[in-house]
Amino acid sequence: MGIFDYFRSGRKNTASIAKERLQIIVAHERSQRNQPDWLPRLQQELLEVIRKYVEVEQDQVDVQLDQNGNCSVLELNITLPDR
Amino acid sequence: MARIIVVTSGKGGVGKTTTSAAISSGLALRGHKTVVVDFDIGLRNLDIIMNCERRVVYDFVNVINGEANLRQALIKDKRVDNLYILPASQTRDKDALTVEGVEKVLQDLAADGFEYIVCDSPAGIEHGAFMALYFADTAIVVANPEVSSVRDSDRILGILQSKSRRAEQGERVEECLLLTRYNPVRVERGEMLSVEDVEDILATRLLGVIPESESVLKASNQGVPVIHDRESEAGQAYDDAVARLLGEDRDHRFLSLESRGLFKRLFGRK
Repeated sequence: MGIFDYFRSGRKNTASIAKERLQIIVAHERSQRNQPDWLPRLQQELLEVIRKYVEVEQDQVDVQLDQNGNCSVLELNITLPDR
Repeated sequence: MARIIVVTSGKGGVGKTTTSAAISSGLALRGHKTVVVDFDIGLRNLDIIMNCERRVVYDFVNVINGEANLRQALIKDKRVDNLYILPASQTRDKDALTVEGVEKVLQDLAADGFEYIVCDSPAGIEHGAFMALYFADTAIVVANPEVSSVRDSDRILGILQSKSRRAEQGERVEECLLLTRYNPVRVERGEMLSVEDVEDILATRLLGVIPESESVLKASNQGVPVIHDRESEAGQAYDDAVARLLGEDRDHRFLSLESRGLFKRLFGRK
């Protein structure tokens, strides 16, 4: 760092951009961390079954496994296309 | 009982081996019988950082395979009493490390009276890294204040919480974070993630912050762990980290510019 940089003002704070990006990706990766290995395959196969009947995109199917004590809830959300 | 400490990170080049060398030297300097084990099979480097590269005869894999015993493979550090190095193999493939083999070596080291076993992990999340962390009681996660390193650290924390032996037994590995290459000048300018930012993201106890320092390269050039450089900020910061590892309560230093003179602030040296 030089003397000129020191007095230059109005720079963009890239550290806060880094922090924001990290918080998003880390939260996303943590949510997937405790999933069982078979969940992505289940999601894929469910998608194939649904596609036999309705045209849906990959990202229109959301499979979530939530744990409440010793009870697990498999939640399936499919957004059907507009007719 | 020996305490097994893994130095890990996920990402390469963040300072795992530098840290392993410094922390193990620091523990031995405080009188604890310590061994530092290089788990980076095929890419050993702990030996050159600790200036014993020409004294390697037998290695970790030789011991696992029964081709040498521990006494033959352990290298006594020339600077500090109570410190030994177990080098990695340079040629074998990394599958040479088996869970049973590694466990046997760690048990034998503990039976030999070692109080601290420091495991220097390879980068990545492959077999060698997994072997290094599997038996750990304590994990030092080394990170740089930089996006890819912080993200990888979070991955490693997840692996420690699910794949380590402690996790399998329903216990927890004691995790702590060591931030290296920290540059308070750039943090103040908003160009680098701050200690608080990284702590916020990783939510892990902070073991220490090692400031970016010319002394680290000078130390590795000579094969002298940087903790021996009492003049340098990095050496002092490592000494603080070792004290905290042993349960001492020490304030974190070198986090801000206040301690620096005006000249250094303006020219950002060191």
